[in-house]
Amino acid sequence: MTGGAALTQPAAEGLPGRVALVLHIRRVGLGVAGMLLGFAVWWVLTTVLLAGSPMAAAFAPGPALRALGELLLGSDLPVHVAVSLRRVLVGLACALAIGVPLGLALGASRLVEAAASPAFQFLRMTSPLSWMPIAVMLFGVGDAPIYFLLTFAAVWPIMLNTAAGVRQLDRAWLQLGRSLAATRWETLRHIIIPGVLRHVLTGVRLSIGILWIVLVPCEMLGVSAGLGYFILDTRDRLAYSELMAMVLLVGFLGFLLDSLAQGAFWLQTREKRN
Amino acid sequence: MSYIGPIPAPPVLQASGVALRYPGAAAAVLTGLNLTVAPGEIVSVLGPSGVGKSTLLRVLAGLETPNAGRISMDGIVLDAVHPEVAIAFQNPSLLPWLTLEKNVAFGLNFKHQKRLGARERQSRVDAAIDAVGLRHARHQMPATLSGGMAQRTALARCLARDPKVLLLDEPFGALDEVTRAEMQHLLLRIVRERRPGTVLITHDIDEALMLSDRILLLGGRPAEVIGQWPISLAHPRDDLIAETGAVRTEILRSLRHAIHH
Repeated sequence: MTGGAALTQPAAEGLPGRVALVLHIRRVGLGVAGMLLGFAVWWVLTTVLLAGSPMAAAFAPGPALRALGELLLGSDLPVHVAVSLRRVLVGLACALAIGVPLGLALGASRLVEAAASPAFQFLRMTSPLSWMPIAVMLFGVGDAPIYFLLTFAAVWPIMLNTAAGVRQLDRAWLQLGRSLAATRWETLRHIIIPGVLRHVLTGVRLSIGILWIVLVPCEMLGVSAGLGYFILDTRDRLAYSELMAMVLLVGFLGFLLDSLAQGAFWLQTREKRN
Repeated sequence: MSYIGPIPAPPVLQASGVALRYPGAAAAVLTGLNLTVAPGEIVSVLGPSGVGKSTLLRVLAGLETPNAGRISMDGIVLDAVHPEVAIAFQNPSLLPWLTLEKNVAFGLNFKHQKRLGARERQSRVDAAIDAVGLRHARHQMPATLSGGMAQRTALARCLARDPKVLLLDEPFGALDEVTRAEMQHLLLRIVRERRPGTVLITHDIDEALMLSDRILLLGGRPAEVIGQWPISLAHPRDDLIAETGAVRTEILRSLRHAIHH
């Protein structure tokens, strides 16, 4: 579950400043080129290969970008974005509140781990969306079932990474705590939690990715705001350029959220290096 | 050459008849162990590896509870970790997310430590950092410290608690020769100035001869004190080590005997 850590390592770490900068610029440049290539493929598919189809034209990059501009300037979209972001934050907060304590217990006790791991692995592999009917039956229509589903989706990476962090705690730190007569709470607060923070952040980053992916379909069910709702709404209005604009926006916001999480991770580990 | 022990001062740390057997283990680790340490005295403990030197230190630190015997400090029975008994391990055990200064201060505000005001805490931390000569590096993170600096930081963390008893478990074992010699002089100076009763576990006879007022040899299974030598040479001893030839030979012989029996 720590694969995310490797991804976030700046590629040029440890190299002299100039070389690192050149490598960084090259990376960013390649990334931008890749994005442009993607847009070109999109354009070729919708405008060149399917030229003459008015339906395809509505899905083309040009109209999509124009629609995105208009939507961003309008008053509706910011509300939907805010609603969606709030749901992600609530889901993440709930997942942290549940996942970190569970992970601490799981990592601290072989017994708990042996007893709980199969069940957790089983639950983890059930798509959160498959719980949707049950969530609606339990929590009714509205935000509550969405919070439930988002929490359910996001809790696993946080829990498993926290547990991995606890298992990798340096025994010497715990011995130090004992030699200073630390109480259980002091050990938890001053040694274990800071000691697993890096792992928790890795879990948070993975969770944010999952939250964002699960959010949109969740919002297609029984709510009247949010990005998922808005995508269905554009379909119902046959506003296909707006639909594509929303796909772009969802991707972009997800990218932004991941960058934020990555930045937080980087800041945290940088402190340890300097 | 005759060895005259240090002027007997009332011991700060006293262990009598200490025995330890881990639950479920067939044989005891320690038995009938007696040990006294006076304020400002350095007592080194030598012995074959695996004999129970570290275990003895952990018992003295209150990290292990003995099955028999009594450990007391200034006449008060110690039955748990005590704020004025500080222990340093071979691994400096610094917390990588705290600066050097915060590492030195670590634990000072814990519930079972002595109650100190913020100002008193800070002045102790400052004094401890100064004592090990790391004022310039106080804001550095542990990952940027050399092995010697890390071990100095660990020592400062002990000193910040103003301990009456200082327990050191091969604190210089992982350091290179030069750093090691520096640390030995630093330790001597600190013990002379602050006068904690000090127990030093080491596997190095020359280190023991260099630093100690008394050398104990631990041997047997379960382990007990099988030899004891007072060393009354003046400090610094860098050039006097040759004069310890006789006692060095004697300790070596006893150590070899302990290993083979």
